[in-house]
Amino acid sequence: MAVSRRDLLKGLGGVAALLLAGAVGIGRFPLSLAGGQTSHKKADRQWGMVVDLRRCDGCKECTGACQVTHYLTNDQEWIKVYEVETENGGTVFMPRPCMHCEEAPCLKVCPVRATYKSDEGVILIDQDLCIGCRICMAACPYDARYFNWWDPPKPPEPFDNPMPEFPVPQQRGTVGKCVLCVHYTAEGRLPACVEACRMDAIYIADLTTGVMTNRSGETYQLRQYLQENDAFRYKEELNTSPRVWYVTGHGQSLDRKNQG
Amino acid sequence: MDRPFETEAHDIRAAAVTPILQPGPLFWPLTLFLSLIVLAGAVAMFQQLMFGLGVTGLNNRVSWGFYITDMVFFIGLSYGGAVTSAILRLTNAPWRAPMVRLAEATALVTLLIGSLFPIIDLGRPDRMLNLLLHGQVGSPVLWDVVAINTYMVATVIFLFLPLIPDMAICRDHLGPAAGRLRKLLYDRLSLGWRGTPGEKNILERNMTVVAVVIIPLAVSVHSVLAWLFGMTVRPGWNSTIYAPYFVVGALFSGVAAVIVIIAAFRQAYHLEAFITEQHFKYLANMLLALGMAYGYFLFAEVLTEGYKMEGVSMGEGSGSLLQEMLLGRYALLFWGFVAGGLVIPIALTSLPLTRNVPGIVIAATLVVVAMWVKRFLIVVPAMATPLMPMDWGAYWPSRVEIAITLAAVAAVPLMLMLFFRIFPILSIYEMEEFAEHEELETGPEASGVAAW
Repeated sequence: MAVSRRDLLKGLGGVAALLLAGAVGIGRFPLSLAGGQTSHKKADRQWGMVVDLRRCDGCKECTGACQVTHYLTNDQEWIKVYEVETENGGTVFMPRPCMHCEEAPCLKVCPVRATYKSDEGVILIDQDLCIGCRICMAACPYDARYFNWWDPPKPPEPFDNPMPEFPVPQQRGTVGKCVLCVHYTAEGRLPACVEACRMDAIYIADLTTGVMTNRSGETYQLRQYLQENDAFRYKEELNTSPRVWYVTGHGQSLDRKNQG
Repeated sequence: MDRPFETEAHDIRAAAVTPILQPGPLFWPLTLFLSLIVLAGAVAMFQQLMFGLGVTGLNNRVSWGFYITDMVFFIGLSYGGAVTSAILRLTNAPWRAPMVRLAEATALVTLLIGSLFPIIDLGRPDRMLNLLLHGQVGSPVLWDVVAINTYMVATVIFLFLPLIPDMAICRDHLGPAAGRLRKLLYDRLSLGWRGTPGEKNILERNMTVVAVVIIPLAVSVHSVLAWLFGMTVRPGWNSTIYAPYFVVGALFSGVAAVIVIIAAFRQAYHLEAFITEQHFKYLANMLLALGMAYGYFLFAEVLTEGYKMEGVSMGEGSGSLLQEMLLGRYALLFWGFVAGGLVIPIALTSLPLTRNVPGIVIAATLVVVAMWVKRFLIVVPAMATPLMPMDWGAYWPSRVEIAITLAAVAAVPLMLMLFFRIFPILSIYEMEEFAEHEELETGPEASGVAAW
């Protein structure tokens, strides 16, 4: 069968038009291949945290303050204090907020893009989107996510407009977690756990300006402090790039129980 | 030697429609009994919808439990239809004809039930449509949604195609006893089938196409089910072997389910003339081969994990996932699975003394139960393993979860019993086609098991 040049061009034009229409259609279709919704623009602040384990005495007031602020039940420990046994029989306390990983495993697995990374690098959850499949809880290597198994406690009147930055009240059947109190930092306040830490062990850090500070206003150059104090990130080997650093110091004893 | 296909045409037809016209005295009592169990599950489901997932035994440590186990289990069972029908069709094994309808119906029913469990497990099932409206292609959950739905469409088509000529036979030959509604249904579903050579040619070609398509679809469904777990870094799930491991596990449990279902309906509706002991022996060969393959996968998993001491736990006073599995808190379930799901069934299906219908059915029943336990062992211990410096998580199913699981189990025979009140239990068309062909003279062995 002979195909004239004209027909061939027509045909190719038709195919090109179809492809274009398809591309436009896919572009409009709200499916993302990028593995979760990530904001491309960067805000003025990039939040992180530093926890000085030499100072933490395990009082858990950070946990309590967080629960009061976000109207959480006792089993929802968005910042949870773990007791770690050391080799010589002592104990180290380790507060664990959400690590706000740069390469967050929870973000990749969310089927509805309810979990996302804010401009400020904070991992947030849109509880209006969450379907409660809990694969993010399975994927989180830090156990930082909590499910609302029952109806959450009702806060008083003023808090009836939940948003990802300040998810109060929580929604039954959805997942919640530490939001690094971005509703506070936006107003220039410290996160609830930082504010509550009597031992000055928890610092809020801004990666853009490279500054970290705690409740008492002790302020350091972030990079320098991390380097001088041999800070580490938990489960570094997983390549999740957490935004929370821990400091154990230069080998001095950490054992609270032994120190007496 | 058995010659299951040398029966007269009217015998096939009479036997195929027996469940439609004379379901027997046990039909209604059994239907009532099974319906009550399903009803209890529905009440439990209502309770869960009212009060939330708090009514389950799930918690922040073990946030997946019975429902995810049930999902993997029931969707796995639906594999039986894909193998016994599609693979035997493609390998041109004529002995498959009397059991394909039962196998395919089992596949559809278990798939329908299994696909409900991801929805039952959702915290917000009312927002299910977000999966389409806000779908994120990178999520294994979305892969599941796509794969399960595609597979379901294929399973329906695969069941429906050989039903078309059977519907025409029912339309033309079933008397007024079938009732007006059934007659109307037969008329519609037969799509005006007249049985001309042209029609048969089209049907055969399409059945082959669907048989070819359904195998990779089935593989894809269980691969992505495996990746629901395999895409995380949890000890036990952090594995590259998971997809093929799940596929073989699904085939294993699926063939076992087909054996159990076929045995039950053969007994209830007296199909011994069509489904002979020889059929069970062929199916037992498949079960045996798949059981050994699954045992091999299990061995490979345990050896590679144990050799490297993977998944060492951080909690005090507890060992790694593997230690807990082999010697610790899950040892009873684990070794129960090894004995009941692998060693005993393999012995029963290979020893001459027990290679008969009762022996094979007992083996298959053990495999079905043990494979549920295995799925539980895949889901729960990996969840309970401490990722942070703390003790093992705890999980005990609530009455709601148990009721819903039992309801799903009861729904399988119930839905099949009702299905065969409407549709012929034997694939009349395929059996008659084989009866006509002379290639039959070579007997079942020639083309059947050789491929296995």
